[in-house]
Amino acid sequence: MVDKRIVLLVEDNPDDEALTLRALKKNNILNEVIVARDGAEALEYLLGTNGKSGKIRLEQLAVVLLDLKLPKVNGLEVLRRVRADPRTKLLPIVVLTSSKEEKDLVSAYDSGANSYVQKPVEFADFVRAAGHLGLYWLVTNAPPPSAR
Amino acid sequence: MRRTSIQADIVGANCLSALLFSDPKSAETTLAALKADPRIRAAGLYAADRRLFATYVRDPSGGTSLLEDSLGETGQGHRLGHDRLVLWRSVLFDQKTIGAVVIVSDLSEVGATMTRDVLVFACVLLVSLLIALAVSSRLQRSISQPILDLAGVARRVTLEKDYSVRASGGSRDEIGSLVVAFNEMLEEIRQQEAELRAARDRLEQRVAERTTQLQVANKELEAFSYSVSHDLRAPLRSIEGFSRALMEDCADGLSESGRDSLQRIVGSTVKMGQLIDGLLNLSRVTRTEVRGRSVDLSSLAGEIWAELKDSERDRPVECVIAAGAIAEGDPALLRAVLQNLLGNAWKFTRKRTPARIEFGFAEESGERTYFVKDNGAGFDMSYADKLFGAFQRLHGQNEFPGIGIGLATVQRIVSRHGGRVWAIGAPDQGASVYFTLGRGGANGG
Repeated sequence: MVDKRIVLLVEDNPDDEALTLRALKKNNILNEVIVARDGAEALEYLLGTNGKSGKIRLEQLAVVLLDLKLPKVNGLEVLRRVRADPRTKLLPIVVLTSSKEEKDLVSAYDSGANSYVQKPVEFADFVRAAGHLGLYWLVTNAPPPSAR
Repeated sequence: MRRTSIQADIVGANCLSALLFSDPKSAETTLAALKADPRIRAAGLYAADRRLFATYVRDPSGGTSLLEDSLGETGQGHRLGHDRLVLWRSVLFDQKTIGAVVIVSDLSEVGATMTRDVLVFACVLLVSLLIALAVSSRLQRSISQPILDLAGVARRVTLEKDYSVRASGGSRDEIGSLVVAFNEMLEEIRQQEAELRAARDRLEQRVAERTTQLQVANKELEAFSYSVSHDLRAPLRSIEGFSRALMEDCADGLSESGRDSLQRIVGSTVKMGQLIDGLLNLSRVTRTEVRGRSVDLSSLAGEIWAELKDSERDRPVECVIAAGAIAEGDPALLRAVLQNLLGNAWKFTRKRTPARIEFGFAEESGERTYFVKDNGAGFDMSYADKLFGAFQRLHGQNEFPGIGIGLATVQRIVSRHGGRVWAIGAPDQGASVYFTLGRGGANGG
């Protein structure tokens, strides 16, 4: 099964971006990955600005990988705004971040995250995590009807 | 009565001749002399034949019934009636009774005298009482009143804790100086109280300041931890990730020593990641609220034991877990304690066969002590004080890997529960770590 759906990666650190892309590639996840480098850009992709719809066709979007610490608009705010919009309220969003602080976990789930993954320091673990993520959200998981 | 008796004797003597010569007239004249005594109501002279010979009656309208016609009594004597005294005396001549004198005297007069005497006595008593009252009230004004005032002030001070009141009374006597001394004492107390209040206020203010500082410090610590959690790991991930990438992508272009260097870089970043995690865990232990509830340490130890065994299935380690160690504390934090202690025991018995690990508890003078014992590498007791410091290690990394954060975490958790932790051991003789959980930590259960 060849899935043509898109992954939106919201990540401000270019190193992490490169590592994430590498980890996905290592797992043979060849779907298109669009990268937003701050929260504002992510919202532009998803919800658009000034009444125009977002740059991404939402029905093509499989999952959003969202960092919490982001310039301009932070990850939690992105989550809240996306959840408040009827077009994206069911969109699968995975928080992918460095911290495993309880505060972050609670507020992420509170704001409507579907999943929370801590980026491991060891790349081998990161590759494994990316593999699980890709397999789960692109293959195993049945997306919400509006996203089809 | 004595007077009446004398009068009777006198009358008797004077009437002697009248009796001898049967001259009632002169006898009556003699009797009439009794008129001088108003108390005598009647008198009678009886002849030898006991017949009434002569009489005297003070008030003739009262009749002669006061005197009997013939005398019944002999010799001398008297009879008391309810209002009269009847007294008789024989009249003797030549040792022979030739008659008798009877005098009836009025007792109501005596009663009146007595009443008057009583009245006078009562008046004197009343007057002296009044004088005494006047004197005592004067004395009270000058002695009792100041003392009563003093007592009243003392009571007020005790009840209202108002040390600004003062006793009045400025006399120059002993009581005056008592009042002055009392007032001086009150002034002393008031000053001390004011100082105490000021000291307390200063203390409260200082506590408030310190609390604020502490809150700020805690906030900073939290912000620091948050930043460490987010920002310190990211570069590590880059170093580790790209070193790996380098190893994978350019393995052929690298010399043996180049590959070794990369390997060391990777190893160090992993180690640093663990250090950061350890630090975060340690600060989390300090920051998180301790929630107290009943925790079954025995079953917790059992769970952790199962996890350890799962991690290295081929290691034969004997484990003894005492049942029924119910403690009061935070379940997550107490799990961390047992995880660290049993994890250490597991780690340091690696080179021992047969390895033995024991979790148990003992009650001593009302305090419950929990312990984890092993027969592993042990430690030198002269380093015992270093065991619980953060990042303190007593073994080389090659010997037993670790970051030296476990026992520091245990100590923080235990002390946050109000308990103590200590260890006993000897090199190659194993180690025993003991801990208590403070008040409410051991509840028999």
